[in-house]
Amino acid sequence: MIRAIGRVTLRRLAFAVPVLLVVSFALFALAKASPFDPVERYFGVRIIGASPERVAQLRANWGVDEPVVAQYWAWLRHAVTGDLGDSLSLQQPVSAVIGDRLGWTVLLVFVGFTLALVLGLVLGTLAAWRHGSWPDRLITGSCYALEAAPVFWLGLAVLYVFALQLRWLPGGGVTTGAEPVSVGGVAVHMVLPVAVLAISQAPWFVLFVRQNLLESFTQDHVIGARARGLPDRLVVSGHALRTSLLPFLTLLGARLPELITGALLVETVFSWPGIARATVEAALNVDFALLGALTVLATGVVLLGNLLADVLYALADPRVALDG
Amino acid sequence: MRRTVCALLAVALLASCSSPDGAATGSATSIVIGAGSEPENLNPVLGYAPDGAAKIFDGLVSRDASLALVPALAAELPTASADGLTWTAKLRKDVMFSDGTPVTAQDVVFTYKSVLDKKVNSTIASRFDAVSDVVAVDQQTVEFKLSYPYAPFAQQLALGIVPAAKFSGTDVNSAPFNTAPVGTGPYTVESWRKGDRMVLKANEKYWGGAPAIKTVTVVFVPDDNARATRMAAGEFDGTVLPPKLAQTYRDRSGYRVVQNPSADYRGLGIPSELPFTSSARVRRAINLGINRQAMIDAVLAGSGKPAATPVSPHLKDWYAAEATFAYDVSEAEKLLDEAGWRQGADGKRAKDGQPARLPVLYPAPDVLRKELALAAASDIAKLGIDAPVEATTFELMLQRQKEAAAIWGGGDPYDPDTAAYTLLHSRYAGQPGYVNMTHYRNSTVDTALDTGRRSLDPAARKQAYADFQKAYVADPGWAFLVFLDHTYVLRDKWNGQQTQVEPHDHGLVHAVWWNLERWTPKQ
Repeated sequence: MIRAIGRVTLRRLAFAVPVLLVVSFALFALAKASPFDPVERYFGVRIIGASPERVAQLRANWGVDEPVVAQYWAWLRHAVTGDLGDSLSLQQPVSAVIGDRLGWTVLLVFVGFTLALVLGLVLGTLAAWRHGSWPDRLITGSCYALEAAPVFWLGLAVLYVFALQLRWLPGGGVTTGAEPVSVGGVAVHMVLPVAVLAISQAPWFVLFVRQNLLESFTQDHVIGARARGLPDRLVVSGHALRTSLLPFLTLLGARLPELITGALLVETVFSWPGIARATVEAALNVDFALLGALTVLATGVVLLGNLLADVLYALADPRVALDG
Repeated sequence: MRRTVCALLAVALLASCSSPDGAATGSATSIVIGAGSEPENLNPVLGYAPDGAAKIFDGLVSRDASLALVPALAAELPTASADGLTWTAKLRKDVMFSDGTPVTAQDVVFTYKSVLDKKVNSTIASRFDAVSDVVAVDQQTVEFKLSYPYAPFAQQLALGIVPAAKFSGTDVNSAPFNTAPVGTGPYTVESWRKGDRMVLKANEKYWGGAPAIKTVTVVFVPDDNARATRMAAGEFDGTVLPPKLAQTYRDRSGYRVVQNPSADYRGLGIPSELPFTSSARVRRAINLGINRQAMIDAVLAGSGKPAATPVSPHLKDWYAAEATFAYDVSEAEKLLDEAGWRQGADGKRAKDGQPARLPVLYPAPDVLRKELALAAASDIAKLGIDAPVEATTFELMLQRQKEAAAIWGGGDPYDPDTAAYTLLHSRYAGQPGYVNMTHYRNSTVDTALDTGRRSLDPAARKQAYADFQKAYVADPGWAFLVFLDHTYVLRDKWNGQQTQVEPHDHGLVHAVWWNLERWTPKQ
């Protein structure tokens, strides 16, 4: 088993290399085709009146007029040696940009995702167990409504209610005023963004768990357990839930890209100093070095998430063959 | 990272929601500012605060409330040689950077040479195009050699001076200094969390005296509505808001609404090479047909001044009061008739079968420019001209500069040369980039702009800019629309706030808190 896992991991890693290459190159090509000009973005309002010679000099310094293949090759050559280059838009080394912000995003995403999972399991089980009751209908109905609500809309609504009308919670950032970063301060500031992220992601998990549980209720081993007169709670948690959890692992991997997109919107609405907002900046400024590094990072997370889901799946269910 | 882990644990423990602590209601020796824009870096060489009010840095010169130059790191105002080609600055003695090292002529030379260095990606290098060399004559004296006489040169010396030693062995473009700078200014940077906030601490050893406000927290919130919400929630002591959002504070006790004039213009660039607008008569007619005051009342809620030329009425030494455009539709129609563009039966003008048509472009995300574009186009349409409004990007506005009018913006209140030269001198017509975007050519204007730039005699300069404005309104290349006012809401807790005419930039630098280091708490 362990050897099979090792084999599949190696094969996936080997496969990840061309995927990363293709994705990062596609990104360079797309950014190059976008109507944005990195030099004009860099100058901002000072582009008005800037002398043509100076603008041309900067274009030459950055090599922005070189063909996309040449730019990509220059980036790749340095990236494989671990030198991610300097962000043109933020005038910092890319590693510093990512280092400053990644922690905040990981905090937001990790807590948000965990909360979404817990919500998914608890509410999904409750809805399936009491199938057809009013809690079931309430949960299912809210889930469909939330799936349709855009994340930024949800964020603004929550901001309006809790930060402006009720004034229970701060409306953005990670600290208030000149306070240094403190555990309590950050905890209070992350309630709204984490809640929005979790609530926007949870419906998929809730509905998935509910559906799978309902299916497993009709399977032989569950019917058998019920027939033996085992307590209802034990049947649901011990027999039905265990088998229906397996496909759930796949869903976790599949939801990762959605989670990254959700985090981006949440960070924007709540002025969260994370990596997602830097991604938007990088895209608007056609900041190749930063954009390239962030894309590779995001792609890597998704590939890793899928690999992890597959491995867990195989571990949980010996019938699943790993080298398929 | 450890903080992150701690925070995670805390969240696990956190069950109830507590109310946010109103830190902004604290002591008057600290202030929390909600800023609309965040600087990309804090390095003057790359383009941070080139016009002074930099908080963390001092230039050789700075400006008082009336924008007159006063010596800062220079012991007295820098002077020019008789031929205008050499400017000499003597440094103030015993000024230290906040890390304790003394400021020397080498630091000044390093600062300016780095700006001019072709390998350094500075956004302000164009300001120093006249400079051919910078030399340290001795420890306290710097000489700037110019390749042509440039009268407003001292205006460019407000740029902050950086310590050369901090840059040894690093690339200026990505130096750690860019986010953690060391300067001579009244404040030092304690922390800067990009995308969120910056905390400044008073420099207790500041050569101009330690500031009374000891802690300045600048929170960056680009969205107007989010900033208004957080101001309303009591998080900020002061912020910049659109005039309409600021109105609600007019009658609230404990708050003041401050409306600062600026030289920040919005104007309609009219293409001189489009056959319809190639005639000066037509361009004058468009200027006369636009009701600028109505625009200010409706779009800007009254906070602005009509514009006729790029010279702001607030540039009192240079502004020619008679060089304006009255709102005069009948005169505009007469001019169009004289130019041969006559109204047909449907009210539309045409000449030799060609319809009078002028598309008006604006950059899509900018709401203010959109409203100005719609207002201007509707006035132009009333003259019988077909003026379709199109949302686009700056890049496309530039590409279509020969066949469409576009709403541009810019301007600073320091000198007419910086406001007008690259915008209207024919030398720049047809050049790539954002210079003379309308392909405007007028030899009288060229001569006046050149004279103004090169004359060291203030009277000759004043005459040159009077000539320029007169020649320009007779043959306008744009329809300058308005100079915007910037509106701020401020808690009424400090003395010392003074009005200073503002440039376009009004985030952390300039703005209502331009002289924050001299504010004192009210009793």
